[in-house]
Amino acid sequence: MAQYLLSVYQPVGPAPAPEVLEPIMQDLEALNRDMKAAGVWVFAAGLHPTDTATVVRQQGTEVLITDGPFAEAKEHLGGFTVIDAPDLDAALGWAGRLARATTLPIEVRPVQH
Amino acid sequence: MVSESAPAAPPPEPAGTPADPGAPSSEADIAAVFRHEYGRAVAVLTRVLGDIDAAEDAVQDAFTLAVRRWPSTGLPPSPAGWIITTARNRAIDRLRRESGRGEKQLKAALLQEALAPAAPTPEEHLVAELSKEGMVDDDRLRLIFTCCHPALALNVQVALTLRLLGGLTTAEISRAFLVPDATMAQRLVRAKAKIRDARIPYRVPRGAELPARLPPVLAVVYLIFNEGYSSSSGGPGLREDLCREAIRLGRVLAALMPDEPEVKGLLALMLLTESRRPARLAGGGAVLLSEQDRSLWDRGLGREGQELVRQCLRRNRPGPYQLQAAINAVHFDAPDAASTDWRQILRLYDQLLAASPGPVVALNRAVALAEVEGPEAALGLVEGLGLGNYYLFHAVRADFLRRLDRPAEAAAAYVEALDLAGNAADRRFLEARVRETGAKRAMPD
Repeated sequence: MAQYLLSVYQPVGPAPAPEVLEPIMQDLEALNRDMKAAGVWVFAAGLHPTDTATVVRQQGTEVLITDGPFAEAKEHLGGFTVIDAPDLDAALGWAGRLARATTLPIEVRPVQH
Repeated sequence: MVSESAPAAPPPEPAGTPADPGAPSSEADIAAVFRHEYGRAVAVLTRVLGDIDAAEDAVQDAFTLAVRRWPSTGLPPSPAGWIITTARNRAIDRLRRESGRGEKQLKAALLQEALAPAAPTPEEHLVAELSKEGMVDDDRLRLIFTCCHPALALNVQVALTLRLLGGLTTAEISRAFLVPDATMAQRLVRAKAKIRDARIPYRVPRGAELPARLPPVLAVVYLIFNEGYSSSSGGPGLREDLCREAIRLGRVLAALMPDEPEVKGLLALMLLTESRRPARLAGGGAVLLSEQDRSLWDRGLGREGQELVRQCLRRNRPGPYQLQAAINAVHFDAPDAASTDWRQILRLYDQLLAASPGPVVALNRAVALAEVEGPEAALGLVEGLGLGNYYLFHAVRADFLRRLDRPAEAAAAYVEALDLAGNAADRRFLEARVRETGAKRAMPD
Protein backbone atom coordinates (compact mmCIF):
# COMPACT_ATOMS: atom_id res chain seq x y z
CA MET A 1 0.00 0.00 0.00
CA ALA A 2 1.07 3.55 -0.69
CA GLN A 3 -0.39 6.87 0.34
CA TYR A 4 -1.48 9.53 -2.11
CA LEU A 5 -2.23 13.20 -1.53
CA LEU A 6 -5.26 14.31 -3.53
CA SER A 7 -5.15 18.12 -3.73
CA VAL A 8 -8.22 20.07 -4.74
CA TYR A 9 -7.40 23.13 -6.84
CA GLN A 10 -9.96 25.90 -6.82
CA PRO A 11 -10.07 29.25 -8.54
CA VAL A 12 -9.41 32.40 -6.51
CA GLY A 13 -12.62 34.29 -5.82
CA PRO A 14 -15.71 34.32 -3.66
CA ALA A 15 -17.12 31.01 -2.47
CA PRO A 16 -19.98 29.61 -4.57
CA ALA A 17 -23.55 30.44 -3.54
CA PRO A 18 -25.03 28.17 -0.85
CA GLU A 19 -27.40 26.48 -3.30
CA VAL A 20 -24.35 25.47 -5.38
CA LEU A 21 -22.14 24.61 -2.42
CA GLU A 22 -24.74 22.57 -0.53
CA PRO A 23 -24.97 19.61 -2.92
CA ILE A 24 -21.16 19.65 -3.36
CA MET A 25 -20.68 19.34 0.40
CA GLN A 26 -23.19 16.48 0.50
CA ASP A 27 -21.37 14.68 -2.33
CA LEU A 28 -18.07 15.20 -0.53
CA GLU A 29 -19.45 13.79 2.71
CA ALA A 30 -20.79 10.78 0.85
CA LEU A 31 -17.40 10.26 -0.82
CA ASN A 32 -15.60 10.50 2.52
CA ARG A 33 -18.00 7.89 3.93
CA ASP A 34 -17.31 5.60 0.95
CA MET A 35 -13.56 6.08 1.37
CA LYS A 36 -13.81 5.19 5.05
CA ALA A 37 -16.00 2.16 4.30
CA ALA A 38 -13.44 0.99 1.72
CA GLY A 39 -10.63 1.47 4.24
CA VAL A 40 -8.71 3.93 2.04
CA TRP A 41 -9.43 7.19 3.90
CA VAL A 42 -6.49 8.52 5.94
CA PHE A 43 -7.20 12.23 6.37
CA ALA A 44 -9.16 14.97 4.65
CA ALA A 45 -9.54 18.70 5.20
CA GLY A 46 -10.92 21.77 3.54
CA LEU A 47 -8.97 25.01 3.88
CA HIS A 48 -10.03 28.61 4.56
CA PRO A 49 -9.42 31.01 1.64
CA THR A 50 -5.86 32.11 0.84
CA ASP A 51 -6.37 35.59 2.30
CA THR A 52 -6.22 33.87 5.70
CA ALA A 53 -2.75 32.51 4.90
CA THR A 54 0.48 33.65 6.58
CA VAL A 55 3.99 32.88 5.31
CA VAL A 56 6.90 32.28 7.67
CA ARG A 57 10.45 32.06 6.36
CA GLN A 58 13.97 32.14 7.65
CA GLN A 59 15.97 35.22 6.71
CA GLY A 60 19.49 35.26 8.04
CA THR A 61 19.19 34.51 11.72
CA GLU A 62 15.65 35.82 11.91
CA VAL A 63 12.30 34.39 11.08
CA LEU A 64 10.23 36.69 8.91
CA ILE A 65 6.48 36.68 9.04
CA THR A 66 4.48 38.07 6.11
CA ASP A 67 0.92 38.13 4.91
CA GLY A 68 0.22 35.15 2.58
CA PRO A 69 -0.37 33.36 0.35
CA PHE A 70 3.10 32.10 -0.62
CA ALA A 71 2.45 32.58 -4.33
CA GLU A 72 -0.30 34.50 -6.02
CA ALA A 73 -2.01 32.27 -8.55
CA LYS A 74 -5.32 31.89 -10.34
CA GLU A 75 -5.85 28.56 -8.59
CA HIS A 76 -4.90 27.56 -5.10
CA LEU A 77 -5.06 24.60 -2.78
CA GLY A 78 -8.61 24.52 -1.45
CA GLY A 79 -8.48 21.23 0.41
CA PHE A 80 -6.93 17.81 0.36
CA THR A 81 -7.50 14.16 1.06
CA VAL A 82 -4.89 11.55 1.90
CA ILE A 83 -5.73 7.99 0.90
CA ASP A 84 -4.18 4.54 1.06
CA ALA A 85 -4.17 2.83 -2.31
CA PRO A 86 -2.37 -0.17 -3.80
CA ASP A 87 -1.35 1.64 -6.99
CA LEU A 88 -1.83 4.78 -9.09
CA ASP A 89 -4.85 3.39 -10.96
CA ALA A 90 -6.69 2.85 -7.68
CA ALA A 91 -5.70 6.35 -6.51
CA LEU A 92 -6.82 7.84 -9.84
CA GLY A 93 -10.18 6.09 -9.45
CA TRP A 94 -10.79 7.84 -6.12
CA ALA A 95 -9.40 11.10 -7.49
CA GLY A 96 -11.92 10.87 -10.32
CA ARG A 97 -14.73 10.61 -7.79
CA LEU A 98 -13.30 13.57 -5.87
CA ALA A 99 -13.14 15.60 -9.11
CA ARG A 100 -16.79 14.78 -9.85
CA ALA A 101 -17.89 15.62 -6.30
CA THR A 102 -16.00 18.94 -6.13
CA THR A 103 -16.26 19.76 -9.88
CA LEU A 104 -12.62 20.85 -9.51
CA PRO A 105 -9.28 19.51 -10.80
CA ILE A 106 -7.44 17.16 -8.47
CA GLU A 107 -3.68 16.73 -8.36
CA VAL A 108 -2.60 13.24 -7.32
CA ARG A 109 0.84 12.86 -5.76
CA PRO A 110 2.41 9.85 -4.12
CA VAL A 111 3.55 10.33 -0.53
CA GLN A 112 7.18 9.44 0.20
CA HIS A 113 7.54 6.54 2.53
CA MET B 1 -18.09 -14.81 -45.67
CA VAL B 2 -15.01 -14.78 -43.55
CA SER B 3 -15.72 -15.01 -39.87
CA GLU B 4 -14.89 -11.80 -38.05
CA SER B 5 -14.50 -13.58 -34.78
CA ALA B 6 -11.36 -15.34 -35.96
CA PRO B 7 -8.57 -12.98 -35.05
CA ALA B 8 -5.29 -13.14 -36.87
CA ALA B 9 -3.46 -15.34 -34.38
CA PRO B 10 0.16 -14.42 -33.82
CA PRO B 11 2.34 -17.07 -35.41
CA PRO B 12 4.44 -19.01 -32.92
CA GLU B 13 7.86 -17.47 -32.60
CA PRO B 14 10.91 -19.29 -31.36
CA ALA B 15 12.36 -17.77 -28.23
CA GLY B 16 15.83 -17.95 -29.72
CA THR B 17 17.41 -16.33 -32.74
CA PRO B 18 18.26 -17.60 -36.19
CA ALA B 19 21.97 -17.84 -35.38
CA ASP B 20 23.47 -21.31 -34.89
CA PRO B 21 23.89 -22.29 -31.26
CA GLY B 22 27.44 -23.14 -30.30
CA ALA B 23 29.00 -21.46 -33.33
CA PRO B 24 31.37 -18.62 -32.54
CA SER B 25 29.25 -15.51 -32.36
CA SER B 26 30.12 -12.18 -33.82
CA GLU B 27 29.23 -8.72 -32.57
CA ALA B 28 26.46 -8.67 -35.16
CA ASP B 29 24.96 -11.90 -33.74
CA ILE B 30 24.94 -10.42 -30.25
CA ALA B 31 23.46 -7.16 -31.55
CA ALA B 32 20.71 -9.21 -33.23
CA VAL B 33 19.99 -11.06 -29.97
CA PHE B 34 19.89 -7.72 -28.19
CA ARG B 35 17.31 -6.32 -30.61
CA HIS B 36 15.21 -9.50 -30.53
CA GLU B 37 15.33 -10.20 -26.84
CA TYR B 38 15.81 -6.91 -25.00
CA GLY B 39 12.11 -6.04 -24.75
CA ARG B 40 11.09 -9.60 -23.94
CA ALA B 41 13.73 -9.86 -21.22
CA VAL B 42 12.88 -6.49 -19.67
CA ALA B 43 9.16 -7.37 -19.69
CA VAL B 44 9.71 -10.72 -17.97
CA LEU B 45 12.19 -9.27 -15.46
CA THR B 46 9.87 -6.36 -14.67
CA ARG B 47 7.15 -8.84 -13.69
CA VAL B 48 9.62 -10.87 -11.68
CA LEU B 49 11.34 -7.94 -9.96
CA GLY B 50 8.43 -5.52 -9.81
CA ASP B 51 10.71 -2.67 -10.86
CA ILE B 52 11.60 -1.47 -14.37
CA ASP B 53 14.93 0.11 -13.44
CA ALA B 54 16.09 -3.04 -11.70
CA ALA B 55 14.90 -5.09 -14.68
CA GLU B 56 16.80 -2.90 -17.14
CA ASP B 57 19.96 -2.91 -15.03
CA ALA B 58 19.81 -6.69 -14.76
CA VAL B 59 19.20 -7.22 -18.48
CA GLN B 60 22.01 -4.82 -19.35
CA ASP B 61 24.34 -6.67 -16.96
CA ALA B 62 23.42 -9.90 -18.71
CA PHE B 63 24.16 -8.49 -22.16
CA THR B 64 27.46 -7.06 -20.93
CA LEU B 65 28.40 -10.58 -19.82
CA ALA B 66 27.18 -12.01 -23.14
CA VAL B 67 29.42 -9.62 -25.07
CA ARG B 68 32.39 -10.91 -23.06
CA ARG B 69 31.53 -14.60 -23.25
CA TRP B 70 29.70 -15.41 -26.43
CA PRO B 71 32.52 -14.54 -28.87
CA SER B 72 34.49 -17.50 -27.43
CA THR B 73 31.71 -19.84 -26.24
CA GLY B 74 29.30 -19.22 -29.10
CA LEU B 75 25.60 -18.54 -28.65
CA PRO B 76 23.90 -20.64 -25.96
CA PRO B 77 21.08 -22.96 -27.15
CA SER B 78 18.48 -20.43 -26.01
CA PRO B 79 19.98 -16.93 -25.98
CA ALA B 80 16.71 -15.55 -24.58
CA GLY B 81 16.71 -18.07 -21.73
CA TRP B 82 20.37 -17.37 -21.04
CA ILE B 83 19.82 -13.61 -20.94
CA ILE B 84 16.80 -13.86 -18.67
CA THR B 85 18.41 -16.37 -16.31
CA THR B 86 21.63 -14.36 -16.14
CA ALA B 87 19.68 -11.14 -15.62
CA ARG B 88 17.72 -12.74 -12.81
CA ASN B 89 20.90 -13.99 -11.12
CA ARG B 90 22.48 -10.57 -11.48
CA ALA B 91 19.40 -9.00 -9.93
CA ILE B 92 19.61 -11.37 -6.97
CA ASP B 93 23.31 -10.56 -6.55
CA ARG B 94 22.58 -6.86 -6.67
CA LEU B 95 19.78 -7.13 -4.11
CA ARG B 96 22.10 -9.12 -1.81
CA ARG B 97 24.92 -6.60 -2.20
CA GLU B 98 22.73 -3.59 -1.64
CA SER B 99 21.02 -5.01 1.43
CA GLY B 100 22.82 -5.62 4.65
CA ARG B 101 19.66 -7.24 5.84
CA GLY B 102 15.95 -6.58 5.81
CA GLU B 103 13.44 -6.24 3.04
CA LYS B 104 15.78 -6.47 0.08
CA GLN B 105 17.51 -9.60 1.30
CA LEU B 106 14.16 -11.18 1.97
CA LYS B 107 13.11 -10.18 -1.53
CA ALA B 108 16.23 -11.79 -2.99
CA ALA B 109 15.53 -15.01 -1.13
CA LEU B 110 11.88 -15.01 -2.19
CA LEU B 111 12.88 -14.27 -5.76
CA GLN B 112 15.21 -17.23 -5.88
CA GLU B 113 12.56 -19.53 -4.47
CA ALA B 114 9.74 -18.22 -6.61
CA LEU B 115 11.74 -18.66 -9.79
CA ALA B 116 13.44 -21.97 -9.36
CA PRO B 117 11.27 -24.06 -7.07
CA ALA B 118 11.63 -27.61 -8.39
CA ALA B 119 13.15 -27.06 -11.79
CA PRO B 120 16.45 -28.86 -12.41
CA THR B 121 18.15 -25.60 -13.35
CA PRO B 122 16.84 -22.06 -13.25
CA GLU B 123 17.57 -21.74 -16.94
CA GLU B 124 15.41 -24.73 -17.86
CA HIS B 125 12.68 -23.39 -15.64
CA LEU B 126 12.78 -20.02 -17.34
CA VAL B 127 12.95 -21.48 -20.81
CA ALA B 128 9.87 -23.51 -19.94
CA GLU B 129 8.19 -20.39 -18.64
CA LEU B 130 9.14 -18.49 -21.78
CA SER B 131 7.61 -21.09 -24.04
CA LYS B 132 4.32 -21.10 -22.13
CA GLU B 133 1.79 -19.80 -24.57
CA GLY B 134 0.94 -16.18 -24.09
CA MET B 135 3.15 -15.75 -21.05
CA VAL B 136 5.71 -13.50 -22.65
CA ASP B 137 3.09 -11.78 -24.79
CA ASP B 138 1.21 -10.98 -21.59
CA ASP B 139 4.38 -9.57 -20.08
CA ARG B 140 5.02 -7.42 -23.11
CA LEU B 141 1.41 -6.25 -23.18
CA ARG B 142 1.57 -5.39 -19.50
CA LEU B 143 4.76 -3.46 -20.10
CA ILE B 144 3.35 -1.55 -23.08
CA PHE B 145 0.24 -0.53 -21.13
CA THR B 146 2.50 0.66 -18.32
CA CYS B 147 4.70 2.59 -20.76
CA CYS B 148 1.60 4.10 -22.38
CA HIS B 149 -0.17 5.00 -19.12
CA PRO B 150 -2.06 8.31 -19.45
CA ALA B 151 -0.30 9.63 -16.36
CA LEU B 152 2.79 9.89 -18.61
CA ALA B 153 3.13 12.51 -21.36
CA LEU B 154 2.82 11.17 -24.94
CA ASN B 155 6.44 11.83 -25.88
CA VAL B 156 7.46 10.00 -22.73
CA GLN B 157 5.18 7.06 -23.57
CA VAL B 158 6.74 6.67 -26.99
CA ALA B 159 10.29 7.03 -25.70
CA LEU B 160 9.72 4.48 -22.93
CA THR B 161 8.15 1.94 -25.27
CA LEU B 162 10.96 2.31 -27.79
CA ARG B 163 13.53 1.98 -25.02
CA LEU B 164 11.96 -0.85 -23.02
CA LEU B 165 10.12 -2.90 -25.66
CA GLY B 166 12.02 -1.95 -28.79
CA GLY B 167 15.47 -2.01 -27.23
CA LEU B 168 16.46 1.25 -28.94
CA THR B 169 19.33 3.19 -27.45
CA THR B 170 18.75 6.58 -25.91
CA ALA B 171 20.75 8.09 -28.80
CA GLU B 172 18.45 6.49 -31.39
CA ILE B 173 15.36 7.71 -29.57
CA SER B 174 16.68 11.23 -29.18
CA ARG B 175 17.39 11.33 -32.93
CA ALA B 176 13.82 10.23 -33.63
CA PHE B 177 12.50 13.06 -31.45
CA LEU B 178 15.07 15.64 -32.51
CA VAL B 179 16.10 16.37 -28.93
CA PRO B 180 19.58 16.28 -27.38
CA ASP B 181 20.69 12.92 -25.93
CA ALA B 182 20.96 14.34 -22.42
CA THR B 183 17.38 15.64 -22.57
CA MET B 184 16.09 12.24 -23.66
CA ALA B 185 18.15 10.42 -21.05
CA GLN B 186 16.74 12.66 -18.33
CA ARG B 187 13.21 12.22 -19.67
CA LEU B 188 13.54 8.44 -19.45
CA VAL B 189 15.00 8.55 -15.95
CA ARG B 190 12.16 10.79 -14.75
CA ALA B 191 9.54 8.59 -16.39
CA LYS B 192 10.85 5.45 -14.75
CA ALA B 193 11.03 7.27 -11.40
CA LYS B 194 7.39 8.29 -11.81
CA ILE B 195 6.33 4.73 -12.64
CA ARG B 196 8.11 3.53 -9.52
CA ASP B 197 7.22 6.31 -7.07
CA ALA B 198 3.64 6.87 -8.15
CA ARG B 199 3.19 3.11 -8.56
CA ILE B 200 1.87 3.02 -12.08
CA PRO B 201 0.63 -0.57 -12.19
CA TYR B 202 2.05 -3.31 -14.41
CA ARG B 203 -1.10 -4.81 -15.87
CA VAL B 204 -3.39 -4.85 -18.88
CA PRO B 205 -6.50 -2.73 -18.32
CA ARG B 206 -9.78 -4.56 -18.85
CA GLY B 207 -13.41 -3.73 -19.53
CA ALA B 208 -14.49 -0.14 -19.06
CA GLU B 209 -10.92 1.11 -18.64
CA LEU B 210 -9.81 -0.15 -22.02
CA PRO B 211 -11.32 2.38 -24.49
CA ALA B 212 -9.48 5.28 -22.87
CA ARG B 213 -6.23 3.38 -22.48
CA LEU B 214 -6.05 1.98 -26.00
CA PRO B 215 -5.39 5.04 -28.25
CA PRO B 216 -2.00 5.90 -26.73
CA VAL B 217 -0.92 2.26 -27.09
CA LEU B 218 -1.89 2.25 -30.79
CA ALA B 219 -0.14 5.58 -31.36
CA VAL B 220 3.01 4.25 -29.78
CA VAL B 221 2.97 0.96 -31.74
CA TYR B 222 2.54 2.92 -34.98
CA LEU B 223 5.40 5.23 -34.08
CA ILE B 224 7.61 2.20 -33.49
CA PHE B 225 6.60 0.87 -36.89
CA ASN B 226 7.44 4.17 -38.52
CA GLU B 227 10.76 4.35 -36.73
CA GLY B 228 11.54 0.96 -38.24
CA TYR B 229 10.17 1.79 -41.66
CA SER B 230 11.85 5.12 -42.12
CA SER B 231 14.54 4.96 -39.51
CA SER B 232 15.94 8.32 -38.53
CA SER B 233 19.19 6.79 -37.40
CA GLY B 234 21.61 7.18 -40.26
CA GLY B 235 23.24 3.75 -39.86
CA PRO B 236 21.88 0.59 -41.47
CA GLY B 237 18.87 2.37 -42.96
CA LEU B 238 15.80 0.26 -42.32
CA ARG B 239 15.13 -1.31 -38.98
CA GLU B 240 13.18 -4.37 -40.11
CA ASP B 241 13.17 -5.72 -36.60
CA LEU B 242 11.30 -2.71 -35.31
CA CYS B 243 8.64 -3.13 -37.99
CA ARG B 244 8.35 -6.81 -37.17
CA GLU B 245 8.11 -5.98 -33.49
CA ALA B 246 5.42 -3.36 -34.13
CA ILE B 247 3.46 -5.79 -36.33
CA ARG B 248 3.86 -8.49 -33.70
CA LEU B 249 2.54 -6.16 -31.01
CA GLY B 250 -0.25 -5.19 -33.41
CA ARG B 251 -1.20 -8.86 -33.88
CA VAL B 252 -1.21 -9.46 -30.15
CA LEU B 253 -3.41 -6.41 -29.60
CA ALA B 254 -5.76 -7.46 -32.43
CA ALA B 255 -6.06 -10.98 -31.01
CA LEU B 256 -6.67 -9.59 -27.55
CA MET B 257 -9.22 -6.98 -28.66
CA PRO B 258 -11.04 -8.39 -31.71
CA ASP B 259 -13.91 -5.91 -31.28
CA GLU B 260 -11.76 -2.79 -31.58
CA PRO B 261 -11.77 -1.83 -35.27
CA GLU B 262 -8.93 0.67 -34.87
CA VAL B 263 -6.68 -2.11 -33.59
CA LYS B 264 -7.45 -4.07 -36.75
CA GLY B 265 -7.00 -0.91 -38.79
CA LEU B 266 -3.56 -0.28 -37.32
CA LEU B 267 -2.49 -3.87 -38.00
CA ALA B 268 -3.82 -3.65 -41.58
CA LEU B 269 -2.01 -0.34 -42.11
CA MET B 270 1.29 -1.79 -40.92
CA LEU B 271 0.90 -5.00 -42.99
CA LEU B 272 0.04 -3.12 -46.18
CA THR B 273 2.92 -0.71 -45.68
CA GLU B 274 5.32 -3.53 -44.84
CA SER B 275 4.22 -5.45 -47.96
CA ARG B 276 5.97 -2.78 -50.08
CA ARG B 277 9.29 -3.05 -48.25
CA PRO B 278 10.96 -5.33 -50.86
CA ALA B 279 10.38 -2.66 -53.53
CA ARG B 280 11.20 0.39 -51.46
CA LEU B 281 14.92 0.45 -52.03
CA ALA B 282 17.06 0.11 -55.11
CA GLY B 283 20.80 0.71 -55.14
CA GLY B 284 20.62 1.94 -51.54
CA GLY B 285 18.20 4.74 -52.45
CA ALA B 286 14.50 5.10 -51.71
CA VAL B 287 12.11 4.35 -54.60
CA LEU B 288 8.91 6.34 -54.93
CA LEU B 289 5.65 4.38 -54.72
CA SER B 290 4.89 5.30 -58.33
CA GLU B 291 8.21 3.87 -59.52
CA GLN B 292 8.29 0.68 -57.45
CA ASP B 293 8.45 -2.76 -59.06
CA ARG B 294 5.11 -4.04 -57.80
CA SER B 295 5.97 -7.66 -58.55
CA LEU B 296 8.30 -7.41 -55.54
CA TRP B 297 5.49 -6.54 -53.15
CA ASP B 298 4.78 -9.17 -50.52
CA ARG B 299 1.38 -10.48 -51.65
CA GLY B 300 0.81 -12.46 -48.45
CA LEU B 301 1.19 -9.46 -46.14
CA GLY B 302 -0.79 -7.26 -48.51
CA ARG B 303 -3.71 -9.68 -48.81
CA GLU B 304 -3.81 -10.13 -45.04
CA GLY B 305 -3.98 -6.35 -44.68
CA GLN B 306 -6.71 -6.08 -47.32
CA GLU B 307 -8.81 -8.72 -45.60
CA LEU B 308 -8.54 -6.76 -42.34
CA VAL B 309 -9.59 -3.60 -44.20
CA ARG B 310 -12.65 -5.46 -45.53
CA GLN B 311 -13.53 -6.57 -42.00
CA CYS B 312 -13.22 -2.96 -40.85
CA LEU B 313 -15.45 -1.72 -43.68
CA ARG B 314 -18.15 -4.20 -42.62
CA ARG B 315 -17.93 -2.87 -39.07
CA ASN B 316 -18.44 0.65 -40.41
CA ARG B 317 -16.84 2.37 -37.43
CA PRO B 318 -14.09 4.18 -39.34
CA GLY B 319 -11.16 5.81 -37.60
CA PRO B 320 -7.80 7.26 -38.63
CA TYR B 321 -5.92 3.94 -38.74
CA GLN B 322 -8.64 2.18 -40.72
CA LEU B 323 -8.77 5.06 -43.23
CA GLN B 324 -5.00 5.05 -43.70
CA ALA B 325 -5.13 1.28 -44.12
CA ALA B 326 -7.89 1.67 -46.72
CA ILE B 327 -5.74 4.18 -48.64
CA ASN B 328 -2.89 1.70 -48.69
CA ALA B 329 -5.28 -1.06 -49.74
CA VAL B 330 -6.25 1.02 -52.80
CA HIS B 331 -2.55 1.29 -53.74
CA PHE B 332 -2.18 -2.46 -53.25
CA ASP B 333 -5.16 -3.07 -55.58
CA ALA B 334 -3.49 -1.25 -58.48
CA PRO B 335 -1.39 -3.55 -60.68
CA ASP B 336 0.67 -0.53 -61.76
CA ALA B 337 0.97 3.11 -60.71
CA ALA B 338 -1.00 4.38 -63.71
CA SER B 339 -4.10 2.39 -62.74
CA THR B 340 -4.21 3.75 -59.18
CA ASP B 341 -7.72 4.91 -58.24
CA TRP B 342 -6.62 8.38 -57.05
CA ARG B 343 -10.20 9.66 -56.78
CA GLN B 344 -10.95 6.94 -54.26
CA ILE B 345 -7.73 7.79 -52.41
CA LEU B 346 -8.62 11.48 -52.38
CA ARG B 347 -12.07 10.66 -50.93
CA LEU B 348 -10.41 8.61 -48.19
CA TYR B 349 -8.01 11.48 -47.46
CA ASP B 350 -10.98 13.84 -47.20
CA GLN B 351 -12.45 11.54 -44.55
CA LEU B 352 -9.08 11.19 -42.83
CA LEU B 353 -8.57 14.96 -42.74
CA ALA B 354 -12.03 15.31 -41.15
CA ALA B 355 -11.32 12.54 -38.61
CA SER B 356 -7.82 13.70 -37.66
CA PRO B 357 -7.04 17.17 -38.99
CA GLY B 358 -3.39 18.10 -39.19
CA PRO B 359 -0.79 19.49 -41.57
CA VAL B 360 0.85 16.12 -42.33
CA VAL B 361 -2.49 14.58 -43.37
CA ALA B 362 -3.15 17.71 -45.43
CA LEU B 363 0.25 17.27 -47.11
CA ASN B 364 -0.55 13.66 -48.02
CA ARG B 365 -3.98 14.67 -49.26
CA ALA B 366 -2.29 17.25 -51.49
CA VAL B 367 -0.23 14.47 -53.08
CA ALA B 368 -3.48 12.69 -53.99
CA LEU B 369 -4.99 15.96 -55.18
CA ALA B 370 -1.99 16.52 -57.47
CA GLU B 371 -2.85 13.22 -59.17
CA VAL B 372 -6.52 14.11 -59.58
CA GLU B 373 -6.36 17.84 -60.33
CA GLY B 374 -2.70 18.43 -61.17
CA PRO B 375 0.32 19.79 -59.25
CA GLU B 376 -0.64 23.48 -59.61
CA ALA B 377 -3.66 23.20 -57.30
CA ALA B 378 -1.75 20.93 -54.90
CA LEU B 379 1.23 23.32 -54.67
CA GLY B 380 -1.06 26.14 -53.60
CA LEU B 381 -2.46 23.93 -50.83
CA VAL B 382 0.84 22.90 -49.26
CA GLU B 383 2.52 26.33 -49.12
CA GLY B 384 0.63 27.46 -46.02
CA LEU B 385 0.90 24.25 -43.99
CA GLY B 386 3.76 25.44 -41.76
CA LEU B 387 5.74 22.24 -42.23
CA GLY B 388 9.07 23.92 -42.95
CA ASN B 389 10.92 21.62 -40.55
CA TYR B 390 9.61 18.43 -42.17
CA TYR B 391 11.78 17.03 -44.96
CA LEU B 392 8.84 15.39 -46.74
CA PHE B 393 7.16 18.78 -47.07
CA HIS B 394 10.14 20.04 -49.07
CA ALA B 395 10.35 16.78 -51.03
CA VAL B 396 6.64 16.93 -51.96
CA ARG B 397 6.87 20.60 -52.82
CA ALA B 398 9.97 19.91 -54.91
CA ASP B 399 8.13 17.16 -56.78
CA PHE B 400 5.22 19.49 -57.59
CA LEU B 401 7.68 22.17 -58.81
CA ARG B 402 9.55 19.60 -60.90
CA ARG B 403 6.31 18.50 -62.54
CA LEU B 404 5.41 22.16 -63.15
CA ASP B 405 8.73 22.51 -64.99
CA ARG B 406 10.21 24.95 -62.50
CA PRO B 407 13.59 23.16 -62.09
CA ALA B 408 15.49 25.90 -60.24
CA GLU B 409 12.87 26.09 -57.47
CA ALA B 410 12.55 22.29 -57.46
CA ALA B 411 16.30 21.87 -57.00
CA ALA B 412 16.31 24.40 -54.14
CA ALA B 413 13.43 22.54 -52.45
CA TYR B 414 15.21 19.17 -52.85
CA VAL B 415 18.29 20.71 -51.19
CA GLU B 416 16.11 21.87 -48.29
CA ALA B 417 14.64 18.37 -47.98
CA LEU B 418 18.14 16.90 -48.07
CA ASP B 419 19.25 19.17 -45.23
CA LEU B 420 16.46 17.79 -43.04
CA ALA B 421 16.40 14.10 -44.05
CA GLY B 422 18.02 11.76 -41.52
CA ASN B 423 17.68 8.46 -43.34
CA ALA B 424 20.46 7.41 -45.72
CA ALA B 425 18.07 5.88 -48.30
CA ASP B 426 15.98 9.06 -48.41
CA ARG B 427 19.14 11.14 -48.67
CA ARG B 428 20.36 9.11 -51.62
CA PHE B 429 17.01 9.53 -53.38
CA LEU B 430 17.06 13.27 -52.73
CA GLU B 431 20.68 13.63 -53.83
CA ALA B 432 19.77 12.00 -57.15
CA ARG B 433 16.85 14.38 -57.55
CA VAL B 434 19.04 17.38 -56.72
CA ARG B 435 21.47 16.24 -59.43
CA GLU B 436 18.69 15.72 -62.00
CA THR B 437 16.94 19.02 -61.38
CA GLY B 438 20.25 20.82 -60.92
CA ALA B 439 21.46 19.47 -64.28
CA LYS B 440 18.26 20.56 -65.94
CA ARG B 441 18.65 23.99 -64.37
CA ALA B 442 22.24 24.22 -65.64
CA MET B 443 21.23 23.43 -69.21
CA PRO B 444 21.08 26.46 -71.50
CA ASP B 445 17.62 27.51 -72.62
